[in-house]
Amino acid sequence: MSALAGVLRRIGAMTVDGLWRLGFATRFFLTLLRYSGQSFRRLPLTIREIYFSGVLSLLIILVSGLFVGLVLGLQGYDILQRFGSSDALGIMVALSLLRELGPVVAALLFASRAGSAVTAEIGLMKTTEQLQAMDMMAVNPIARVAAPRFWGGVISMPLLAAMFSAMGIFGGWLIGVVAIGVDDGAFWSQMRASVDFRHDVLNGVIKSFVFGAAVSLIAVFEGYDCQPTAEGVSRAITRTVVSSALAILALDFVLTSFMFRGL
Amino acid sequence: MSRTTLDLWVGVFVALGFAALVFLAMKVGGSSELSGASTYAVTAPFDNVGGLKPRAPVKSAGVVVGRVGDIHFDSRNFRAIVRIDLGEHYKFPRDTSASILTSGLLGEQYIGLDPGADTETLKDGDVLEITQSAVVLEKLIGQFMFNKAAETPSRP
Repeated sequence: MSALAGVLRRIGAMTVDGLWRLGFATRFFLTLLRYSGQSFRRLPLTIREIYFSGVLSLLIILVSGLFVGLVLGLQGYDILQRFGSSDALGIMVALSLLRELGPVVAALLFASRAGSAVTAEIGLMKTTEQLQAMDMMAVNPIARVAAPRFWGGVISMPLLAAMFSAMGIFGGWLIGVVAIGVDDGAFWSQMRASVDFRHDVLNGVIKSFVFGAAVSLIAVFEGYDCQPTAEGVSRAITRTVVSSALAILALDFVLTSFMFRGL
Repeated sequence: MSRTTLDLWVGVFVALGFAALVFLAMKVGGSSELSGASTYAVTAPFDNVGGLKPRAPVKSAGVVVGRVGDIHFDSRNFRAIVRIDLGEHYKFPRDTSASILTSGLLGEQYIGLDPGADTETLKDGDVLEITQSAVVLEKLIGQFMFNKAAETPSRP
């Protein structure tokens, strides 16, 4: 009897904790938006964060994009040539990259490369009481630390996803046209005939924008909310990567079901 | 890192990102010329639209001149009503006929427009009276077999 009560109490505590954190995260997000204008007035702060989360992620994004495109080229050719339609390789590579793989894989890489770094940085600032010190000096830590990192991520993410897709299409072209020998003209013209700018390219950009906002918010919040100990920081970083990945994949399903439901 | 190098790198990053977007827009996404341009809509009733889908191309002389808007069922005449969005700068005679064709053996279905000879041109909201339905493979085979059976002289 008491064991059952213990289990129920644990479930209750977890629910209350989860709700409390969710509410805190929402309030944190609203405060962040409110102080965004204040942080934009000092633009170099945001530019510095674009450098750290965007420019430094460039290498991993470009190399991964290239390899994803190479694999898509090989697999796509293998399947399409069974139906005698290897000319459609361009369509397959472009659509799968623009609609799904580009935004999602770029966001997953971004979460593990830049999101974790942001959480670690803010978490360590909290552990060493730098955030409290800022508060003492009447410098708002949300405007000075959190908002620039959030907006740096939001701005970087769509650009990184676009580069990922472009690099992937280049990789697919390398395998399909240069290595295997699919007709160059057919590759590009079929791709252009069935990829629509608004429907495919722009929806991909919207997706990556949403993912960028989700990942950046999770990263900043986990850092801001972590236990101020070494263990707490490490846990916060793990949580950032795990919940970012889950949020990206769940949001991707929701967005896809709104954007591409086959009409 | 000094401020100027930082700015330079961020500038390079943003320029690369926009270059990738422009590449995707120009080189990869090509068929957007009609999605932004203004269109006028005409409707066409069909007995059978087969596998025609919304957003399928509408072609005349092989050139894409519009897109299929939406397809719905008219429960009074038991026919399918297809809305066709044509580009503003493409003018067609009033007696233009529409037929549902297939590109290739297994390709997607599209609407082909054959211009008539009327001097007046189609306006927004007009109805294309002359239409030809999609070819349904099962019916075609059935007809062929029926004809074949009728041809063969019955042996005593």
